[in-house]
Amino acid sequence: MQRYSAFAVAREALGYHQGWERAWGAPEPRAEYDVIVIGAGGHGLATAYYLAKNHGITNVAVLEKGWLGGGNTGRNTTIIRSNYLQEPSAAIYELSRGLYEDLSQKLNFNIMFSPRGVLMLCQTEHELRALRRTAHANRLAGIETEMVDVARVKKLCPIIETSGPRFPVLGGLWQPRGGTARHDAVAWGYARAASDLGVHVIQRCEVTGIDVSGGRVTGVQTSKGPIRARKVAMVVAGHSGVLAEMAGFRLPVESVALQALVSEPIKPCMDIVVMANTVHGYMSQSDKGEMVIGGGADGFNNYTQRGSFHHIEETVRALKETFPMISRLKMLRQWGGIVDMTGDRSPIISKTPVEGIFINCGWGTGGFKAIPGSGWATAAMIANGGDRVADPFSLDRFREGRMIDESVAAAVAH
Amino acid sequence: MLLITCPCCGVSGEETEFAPGGEAHLKRFGPGSEEGEFAGYLFYRKNPKGPHFERWRHAYGCGKWFHVARDTVTLEIFGAYKATETAPPQEILDRIAARGKA
Ligand SMILES: Cc1cc2nc3c(=O)[nH]c(=O)nc-3n(C[C@H](O)[C@H](O)[C@H](O)COP(=O)(O)OP(=O)(O)OC[C@H]3O[C@@H](n4cnc5c(N)ncnc54)[C@H](O)[C@@H]3O)c2cc1C
Ligand SMILES: [Zn+2]
Repeated sequence: MQRYSAFAVAREALGYHQGWERAWGAPEPRAEYDVIVIGAGGHGLATAYYLAKNHGITNVAVLEKGWLGGGNTGRNTTIIRSNYLQEPSAAIYELSRGLYEDLSQKLNFNIMFSPRGVLMLCQTEHELRALRRTAHANRLAGIETEMVDVARVKKLCPIIETSGPRFPVLGGLWQPRGGTARHDAVAWGYARAASDLGVHVIQRCEVTGIDVSGGRVTGVQTSKGPIRARKVAMVVAGHSGVLAEMAGFRLPVESVALQALVSEPIKPCMDIVVMANTVHGYMSQSDKGEMVIGGGADGFNNYTQRGSFHHIEETVRALKETFPMISRLKMLRQWGGIVDMTGDRSPIISKTPVEGIFINCGWGTGGFKAIPGSGWATAAMIANGGDRVADPFSLDRFREGRMIDESVAAAVAH
Repeated sequence: MLLITCPCCGVSGEETEFAPGGEAHLKRFGPGSEEGEFAGYLFYRKNPKGPHFERWRHAYGCGKWFHVARDTVTLEIFGAYKATETAPPQEILDRIAARGKA
């Protein structure tokens, strides 16, 4: 792999930039792989990369029905944080946030990680108490967060209206090392690094069937023909139910549309991420100057990658109360993604009723931040049959009543 | 925007007038059930890509719960029927079949 560096840019400039090689290969599928990963979103690609990097398993294919990163990984609002309430969540999200810190160097691809800080506002007494509890839990888990008062909120983000009237700001939960990253670059960086280690990333290859024989997976049927493998990982977010049905089992997951929108670009006006869970909206400013706004999810099952119009209106109406200066901004684009929601708002990283099939799904509205940690843990589970970080997120928990309740931490889609 | 007609009061409205209530025709498992049955009733869902039978409530209208048959890909609504029905009426199933969707 041609390494990217300032030196390489200078060298290639001499050749009028004609000498850059393709970032990743475009191979035709082999007849058989050791592991097939279905879905080239961030989680699938990171899983393949860590299988190769951490476990030396390189005879791996990532099969993607569209283009890599074209699912939720390329549609999210890129918030990265780890201020979750429960211990298993703290472990995986903080592992992930930590991996993001030097991911650009590790992948030799600029993913533009920007630990600018994430502020969750408290706009009701209830929220203040709930987030205080989270702050204590974070401290016990060794995650750096703190409660800040209104004066500090105003200092961190001067454009916030703190005095109400409907939604006064009572304080906030501040994670200074949270932030954002470039979503496409995370997919591209993992694809390039995995490809360099010998992984086949195969785009426009839709999985249409799963071959199961005697309760064990033997391979998959695809739009490019059958491919054999004794280990198959389903990492398809909103389409998890569809894939599970192909293999003959069900999941505790429902697919709904979650949407986001961006404004026209404006001068820099906020340099942190602010989440206002009570009014169900959150905002950050991209490097281009656009205000990136996350909206609500529809309440009904939905496989269309767009959301209901009234949610945009509700989100913007509510955010305008907290950020009055956005009232005359024009919105440029709006889009949606199909997110996979579980009952406890925690992901599933698990073996399945079919021997050899693993599943990574249920990240719902908040899995971008988890891509490195999830890939790390999923690869370990596939390679070793289990993993300390992954195990609590097994499917069994729904039967055992061992919920990992993050409905408070995930009060708003992010 | 979904347009729904309430089978109870007959009023048609946009989706903002109604509240979605998830998969219809679930069999309830109560005390004494197996763990697996409980998990199935509480958490496991069909989540189909295509026709879906679901519960809705006429929240800003007559307040009644009822059922809707809706396609989760095209968002087409095949029809609505009363909460007292334990399975989709044949007429709605026929309409779905006519679309080539089983
Ligand atoms: C609007 C929006 C805002 C969000 N904001 C945030 C945020 O701020 N922070 C955060 O942490 N998370 C956020 N999320 C959630 C986050 O985007 C997802 O949890 C995460 O990207 C999921 O990644 P993934 O790799 O699991 O899925 P995806 O990126 O969706 O990848 C799954 C892939 O599987 C492929 N696939 C499906 N079926 C098949 C098949 N049969 N054969 C082959 N391939 C198949 C799809 O084409 C897709 O590319 C947001 C999501 C949305 C929609
Ligand atoms: Zn009615």
